[in-house]
Order: sequence, then structure tokens, then C-alpha cells
Amino acid sequence: MAAKHSKTPRQQTGGKTPATGKAKTTASVTMTTVASPDATAATAAGEVAKRARRTSHRSTRESTPFTKDDVLSLASKATKRADKSLLVICGGLSHERDVSISSGHRVQGFLEEAGWTVHVHDMDSSLLPYLTDEKTRPDLVWPLLHGANGEDGSIRDVLEMAELPYIGSRAKASRTAWSKPIAKNVVRMAGLHTPHSVTLPESMFRELGVEPVIDMLLGSLGLPLFIKPTMGGSAMGCTMVTEQSQLTQALINCFAYGDVALIEQAVTGTEVSVSILEFDGHPLVLPPLEIWTPSGTYDFEARSTPGPTEFYVPARLDAKTTQAVSDAALTAHRALGLRDISRTDFIVDAQGQPQFLESNVAPGMTDTSLLPQSALAAGYNLPELYTALVQSVLNQKRTD
Amino acid sequence: MADDPNIASKVIKNDPWYSSYATRAEQMRASEIRALFAVANRPEVVSLAGGMPYLGRMPFDKLADQLGDMLRSKGQVAWQYGSAQGDPHLREDVLPIMELEGIKDVQPDDVVIVNGSQSGLDLITRIMCDPGDVVLAEAPNYVGALGVFQSFQVDVVNVAMDGDGLIPEALEETILEQRRQGKAVKFLYTVPNFHNPAGATMSVERRPRVIEIARKYHVLIVEDNPYGLLAFDGQTYPALRSYDSEGVVYLSSFSKIIAPGMRVAWMVAPPGIRQKLVLANESAILCPSNMSQMTITTYLDNFDWKSQINDYRGMYKERCDAMDEALKEYLPYCSWLKPKGGFYIWLQIPKGLNAKDMLPRAITAKVAYVSGTAFYDNGEGADHMRLSFCYPTPDRIREGIRRLSTVIENELATVRLFEPDSGKERG
Ligand SMILES: Cc1ncc(COP(=O)(O)O)c(C=O)c1O
Repeated sequence: MAAKHSKTPRQQTGGKTPATGKAKTTASVTMTTVASPDATAATAAGEVAKRARRTSHRSTRESTPFTKDDVLSLASKATKRADKSLLVICGGLSHERDVSISSGHRVQGFLEEAGWTVHVHDMDSSLLPYLTDEKTRPDLVWPLLHGANGEDGSIRDVLEMAELPYIGSRAKASRTAWSKPIAKNVVRMAGLHTPHSVTLPESMFRELGVEPVIDMLLGSLGLPLFIKPTMGGSAMGCTMVTEQSQLTQALINCFAYGDVALIEQAVTGTEVSVSILEFDGHPLVLPPLEIWTPSGTYDFEARSTPGPTEFYVPARLDAKTTQAVSDAALTAHRALGLRDISRTDFIVDAQGQPQFLESNVAPGMTDTSLLPQSALAAGYNLPELYTALVQSVLNQKRTD
Repeated sequence: MADDPNIASKVIKNDPWYSSYATRAEQMRASEIRALFAVANRPEVVSLAGGMPYLGRMPFDKLADQLGDMLRSKGQVAWQYGSAQGDPHLREDVLPIMELEGIKDVQPDDVVIVNGSQSGLDLITRIMCDPGDVVLAEAPNYVGALGVFQSFQVDVVNVAMDGDGLIPEALEETILEQRRQGKAVKFLYTVPNFHNPAGATMSVERRPRVIEIARKYHVLIVEDNPYGLLAFDGQTYPALRSYDSEGVVYLSSFSKIIAPGMRVAWMVAPPGIRQKLVLANESAILCPSNMSQMTITTYLDNFDWKSQINDYRGMYKERCDAMDEALKEYLPYCSWLKPKGGFYIWLQIPKGLNAKDMLPRAITAKVAYVSGTAFYDNGEGADHMRLSFCYPTPDRIREGIRRLSTVIENELATVRLFEPDSGKERG
């Protein structure tokens, strides 16, 4: 569907460049490169990273960080809230439909509390008529789809074609971040650390034989390993493998979610997540949030059941490491070309080095999600924080 | 660049009340599987997962008029509190329904109306079972009953069943074994007709045997019978309750024969148990909804409900046939028993496959089913799945099974690649 349009007319003619200073790219990271294994992916990643390095240095210098006062002042300028029609898109057909619907309704609730007129729409065949009909066409869209077609950029391509301003990263950047191996390459070239990994499609095991590939894997990466689908969120299909005997089952579980597995050295350390909001290029890096679970893995159940999980905000790290993680998150946000909102997950290893795991362009916004928790802990009022974000995008008069 | 590096680290308990929960709440958790079902009600997905009756042929226009009249004349009653035992008019109305299955000695006063059979199962477990007590049940077992038993911390002990339902000899052996272990067996929970999920029906020969064994060991029978009137050929089977009024608690429901939205079901129990059920009902919900009960009586009094049920039977038969034929065509290497009524086919999948692990693949392929593991509380069942034919049309059922066959084939290819030894015994 929309995923096929790697280049929309708008992208070719060039819309207004947002103040993040992201240059119009010539490297097109299409779905095909995302889905293909290493060689092509690495080339594409290289180009993206080069561009990111060029632009990230400039934008970091140019854009001063946002403060709480800035947020409040921006929100206070949003005076005609009820007159604007905002649309939250959530649901979709992905494995994460449930989480997406929770995120969407939470955001709707906070924005309505702040006085905006907000509608919610599923991603289905009635969406396009809704977006294009004069009577229903929104002033701004907040896509809160998780999983395929939401985070992979497809819906954003559609919004760009419909010339509707939306909150969040553009289609191409979303695609880069959505593929964990490509994102890892990009941030590595931007100077971040990320656990050693290989990316193997099921067909590779089929063609070369399971045993020899597993032998090489264990020889090269050792144990423990973390097996995950290259694309997807909420820790679905992810397994920590501590013994060789668990490996094949972990691969079977992973391939039930997607054709390609990211096999990563499992780093032990502190699990930390950093959320970033961005106001017309000015970043607001929320305090790093540390996740503690009794089992040590923040799996699907721990994510979605209010339970024994505890968050520490800011993370219990020394000042230098805290700063390093925050900086790393901003570097990843910039290097991946992300916009408006992102959440980057790290493990801070025994040496205090933040190891990049992934960046999310549509971070969860549910009650138990990390971004809202960080914001609350930092003293933000969510209705006003989200209002500032909406107002910032409206002010930019974006057409993509 | 953290917002304010000087603030002290705060701990946010993901759930500040976590340490306050009762032990029985431990099992109540979100799961990946549950989350995957969120897509099942999207029209693109063929859902063979739910147990929703088809309501497309209900005479809603006429019903709306009659409900309007009912509200105009009896609104003050319909919107008021009612009796904890249930509306006497409805308790009268259920008698002829039970007669169809041979239960002829019941009076309105023996009947208790409950908020769906689900609530009835909760009440009977509440009044009979302490934590650690044993309930015997067919394996696989209705998932909703398992949930109730878990929440009362009951030990569910499985009794083997086959195509003719619960095996009487296995029942006797299990009771004796539990006795030897010094366990208190509080009741046998059984779904004798068109079992959910197994599809099997207890043969008429076995029924008196089961009654006899239960009597011999003084084990109460809880007979859960929501599907009894839904045999494809219209045949009804004598209810266990028709053999024994002292040792059987009988449950039936309007959910599958009329509609589940009203949440109206009924129980018949021996006097002592019935009295406790009424008190337990009162403490749980004060009284069943008058509005719901009067909606059901309005329907029963004004429509030819017997021919409506006949119409449903024909429709479910057509859907079951469609599923059976599609399975023969697309999944001939799986095995299943074609049911004679009800809503479900219990499909055994090739060895080595795990229905639970395979579900994400099915969701990607836009078909949903329930993994067999849901119907056991001990991790068994991964080699089965429950397929419902009640809701989708025959064409959709066919398409669903076609999609399922590609899912099974792809998963089989992956499993054989990584674990070649696990599926050797089958073709
Ligand atoms: C065996 C069995 N018992 C009880 C129920 C629940 O029925 P009710 O809607 O009356 O609560 C069902 C529903 O699927 C069922 O299959």
C-alpha cells in the first residue's frame, strides 16, 4: 500500500525544511532495503549516517534546549484550542493494536482535558475519505500507531501525500528507525555504542544449514544472546537465551513475528530509556528513566501489566553517566533524523557505557508507558506538555 | 542535558498497589496472546476465535416495538431493583425450555436467575470451594470455568474424555485417586453437550453411569449446558439433571440460543444449595437486571423462539459443514472430530507445532483461533486449537481455513528447519 511510495511528490519537490535542519535526503531508504539483509542495509545505513552527521552537528549547535518555562509559555500561546481539530490515528492491524489503542485514547484524553477538539480514527478503509473530506479534514494528525504500517513510516507517507501536518518523524526517518539493525548501524556511525549483533533471515539458516550457522553464532557472539524480530515493538517475539538449548525455540518464536532475526549479544547492566520531545528543533530531553523488573527482563507482560516493575527517574546513575545517556539519546534522535518525539532505549553496561538498543518513533503513551512516566516525574503536566507539542507543530505550518 | 540533573531519583512503582493484591489476583495478567486478539474483530481478519452467536437474523425491528410497549407499560418495574432469585415470570418461562431435555420436575421456586452462566459458575464455586479443594473437569475444559476455578484457588483435576464425552471409568478412578490423596472433591464440572472446546457430546449410555458414580462417592455434579438445544439435527439429549434432582446443579443460558448481551442465564439446584446460591447472588450483584430479564421474557412471550432456534441450528450446521469441508481440503493432515452441534471444532495440529507460539503468524495472515493451551491450566494443549464456526459466514470460514493452512505450513517449515526431530512421527 502506502509503503510502496518511497518518494512522494512532496518529497521530490521539497517541502519546508523544519528547523531541525534536516537536509532533504537523496538516499532513499525504501521498504526493500529495510527488509533485505546486511549488505544493502549497511550501504543504506552508511548514507543515512553520513547525512545525519552532517546535519546533526549543525542542528545541535543551532538549537538550544527547551526548558520547562519554554514549554509553559508555548502552551499558553495555544489560545484557540477548541477551534482546531486534531486527529489521533491508532489501532491498525499490527500485533501491537491493543497497545496502540491504549496510547491513542490516553493522548486524546489529555488533549481534550487541555481543551482541544480531538477525534480518534482507526487505520482502515474509512480513514482516507475522513482525511480528505472538507468536513472532517483535521488541522493536525498525531499518528499513534505502533508496529508495522505505523512506525515503519507508511502512514506518514500517506499523510505527506495528503499534505496534512502531523506530529512525529517523517516517513523515511521512521523507516530507518523501525529496522533495528539499520538503526544500530546509523547510530554506531554517529559514534554510539551498540551491542554486537548479526541480522539473519530464516532463509539464511535454510540455505547454509542450521547447525553450522548456530555454531558460528555461538563462536562469534557467545552467550547470553537476545533474539528479536528486526522490526516490531512491545518486546513481542523477543527472548533472552542463556543456554544453547534455548536457541532454536527462541528463533522459532522470533520468526513467528517476522522473517528476519536480530541476534544481539545480551549486555547486562541498567536498562534505561530516554524520551525526547522537540519543539521546532529545540530538544527537551526528559530525565533518563531506569527500568527495574524482578525477573531482569522487561518483557511484554512486564510492559503491559501494572505489576512489580519499578521505574527510577532519573535513573540511579552518577551525574556523568546520566549526562552521557541523555547525550546519546539526542545523538540517536538526530542521527536517525527523528522529529518531534522519540524514545531511545539503552543498557548502561558495567563500564558505564550506554549501549543503544533501539529508537521508537511512536513511543507508547499508555498509563504504564515510559515517556509519560518520565515527563510526570520531571514535573510536567501532560495536558500542557502535549499541548506545547501540538502548538509547536501548528506554528510551523508544516505541509509534511 | 537531562531536564534537571539535580533532582533526586524518584521511584515510580508501576503499580503502587502491587503488594496489596490477594493471591487470587496473581493469575490476572496481560499476555501477549490476549493482546494479539485485539485485531480479531477487525473485518479484514477472519476470526475463528470467539464464541459469539450469530445475531444477523434476529427480528430486531419487531422486537424494538415490543420492547417499547414493555417499557411504556412496565418501565417502573424494568428500571427498578428486583428479586435476588430473579423475575418470577422468567423463572416460569424457563420450565418448558428445560422440558425439551427431559427435566420435568422443576418449579419456578427451584430456579435462580444469574448474570450469565459465567456468574453462575462463580457462585457455585464460591459457595462450595475453599482454596486447595478439588474440582473434577473434562480436559480440555471451558476457559471461563478455568478462570473461575483459578480465582478461587481450586485445584482442577482433569478427567479423560473421548468422542463420547467424559469416560465414566476415568471418573471413578480419579475420584478414588483424589480420596487416596486425602483431597476434598467438591464437584464434577461437566459440559455434556457439544463441549466447549472439544465438540464432543456425552453418549446417552454414559449419562446414567456418570450419575451413578457421582452418587456412589457423594460428588456433586455441576452440569453446564448452554448448547444443548443446538444439535444440528434438532435432537436433544436427556440432561444429567433429568436423572437426578438431588445431586446435580444445572446451568443453562440464553446466551447461545437467544443472545448473550442481556447476560441472563439460570440455575436449578437442590434446596440447600439453591438457598445459598440466592444469598451469594445477592451479595455479588444484589439482583439480576430486571431490564435484561424482561427483555428476554418479552422475546419469549411474543416470538416463536422454537422456530428461531431451528433456524439457528440450520445455519450453524451449514457453517460447521463448511469448516469440515475446508479442513478436509486444506488441512487433511490435521485431525478433528466433526461435532453434532454447538459452535466449535477442536483441531489437532501436526506434531512439533505449538498453537500458542504460532498465533502471531496467524494474526499476520489475518486469521485468528484460540490456542489449545487456553483450555488447560497445566500448560498442555499446545497441539490443539479451537476453531469456532458460529460467527463467520461459510465463505469466510473457507477463507479462514485457507489462510490457516498457509500459516501451519510456514510454521511447520520453520519448526522442521530448527527442530527436525520434534515432528518426525507425522507426515
Ligand atoms: C461451556 C460454557 N459455559 C458457560 C459459558 C458462558 O455463558 P454465559 O454467556 O451465559 O455467561 C460459555 C460461553 O462460551 C460456555 O461455552
